[in-house]
Amino acid sequence: MKTFEEIKTAIEAAVPGAGVEFVPNPSPSAQHSIRVAPDRAIEIARFLRDDSELAFDFCSNVTGVDWLDKEISEKVKVKRTVTKTVDGVEQSVEETADETRKRVEPGYLEAVYHLFSIAKKHGPLVIRMRTGNRTDRVELPSLTPIWRGAEFQEREVFDLYGIVFKGHPDLRRILMWEGFKDHPMRRDYVDPDDYEYEPTAHDAVLKRAQAHQAAAGK
Amino acid sequence: MAIEENLKIELGKQGVFVTTLEELYNWGRRSSIWPMQFGLACCAIEMIATTMARYDLARFGAEVFRPSPRQADLMIVSGTVTKKMAPQVVRLYNQMAEPRYVIAMGACAISGGPFKQGYNVLKGIDRYIPVDVHIPGCPPRPEALIQAFMTLQKKIDEQPLTGENRPRFLNQNAQGEFPVPEPADHDLEPPSNPGVWSAPVVIR
Repeated sequence: MKTFEEIKTAIEAAVPGAGVEFVPNPSPSAQHSIRVAPDRAIEIARFLRDDSELAFDFCSNVTGVDWLDKEISEKVKVKRTVTKTVDGVEQSVEETADETRKRVEPGYLEAVYHLFSIAKKHGPLVIRMRTGNRTDRVELPSLTPIWRGAEFQEREVFDLYGIVFKGHPDLRRILMWEGFKDHPMRRDYVDPDDYEYEPTAHDAVLKRAQAHQAAAGK
Repeated sequence: MAIEENLKIELGKQGVFVTTLEELYNWGRRSSIWPMQFGLACCAIEMIATTMARYDLARFGAEVFRPSPRQADLMIVSGTVTKKMAPQVVRLYNQMAEPRYVIAMGACAISGGPFKQGYNVLKGIDRYIPVDVHIPGCPPRPEALIQAFMTLQKKIDEQPLTGENRPRFLNQNAQGEFPVPEPADHDLEPPSNPGVWSAPVVIR
């Protein structure tokens, strides 16, 4: 298989403004991925499938990732003018001070596709797409028109993570029932409080069971 | 009216067969329990093995797995009951004709098992329908299912046909239909049937 640099150059040559970004994986698996811009994803996917050298004809897996809002605190050196009394005379003195600033990096949802080439016997190539946020801008283009096998898996991602795939032929819930309101694989999902009988509870379950008992005792 | 056991044996030696209507009736009932043919998960594989030649469930008169709830006497809940599937299981149980019995087979069917904290797993089918025999195991071996059958047969054998403990189908006032839970916004509604199940007290 081509290196990531070569793939990136090839995509950018074929699809202008593709916005391809290399996402390294620092773990020992070293399964790096590339992130693509959602608005060009269909063209990029078509190129990856149809290019004679890459020929990623098989989409083996589609999954989702939920990234919560991240609060980042960083120390910044700030220059400020302070009025001080030096030798009985008031003076303006500049000094540097440390300041901790907090900013919130908004969360997003990610769809991850694992691509293989049956024809060229190489892979996997992992491509990712990000949504705008976790609440109202959760739309991504569906890659089902490119890889038919992605249909059910995109439905599963829609069901469990709440990513809405535009252009999907039949986007319904696949595991949970119709009318279910939550997305259970999101990290802020809270399951229903049915902890009335937990004979061997421990850790998180024990906490939920105790909370349930406390609420029931009131 | 029970007959004295020794007298019965003595008469039997003389070629006289004595029994009671209750005994005869229960013998007939327990010797042909027809299970319903449906499986929910991997426990169903063990259930199938139980019916095959090696374990031979036919010895208990239960080899006829009926594909219709109308003809079945026994529901073997063999596997994980998801919250999406639970209404259908209760509905099938409602469609069965009396007398009907339920064996909850395996860890999932009795409590949710390894998937208990899953978002789509019911924490035991006994929350909605009355279960006669629970078998633990993941999955239970065919011997365990046979043990459950024998337990159920014993239970049927001991049922009096009159009085307080008579079977449900001989009781005019007994509950015949069990409410089917509705899938709601976040969970099944109601989360359990209080007439059938209440949380057991945990003794520590």
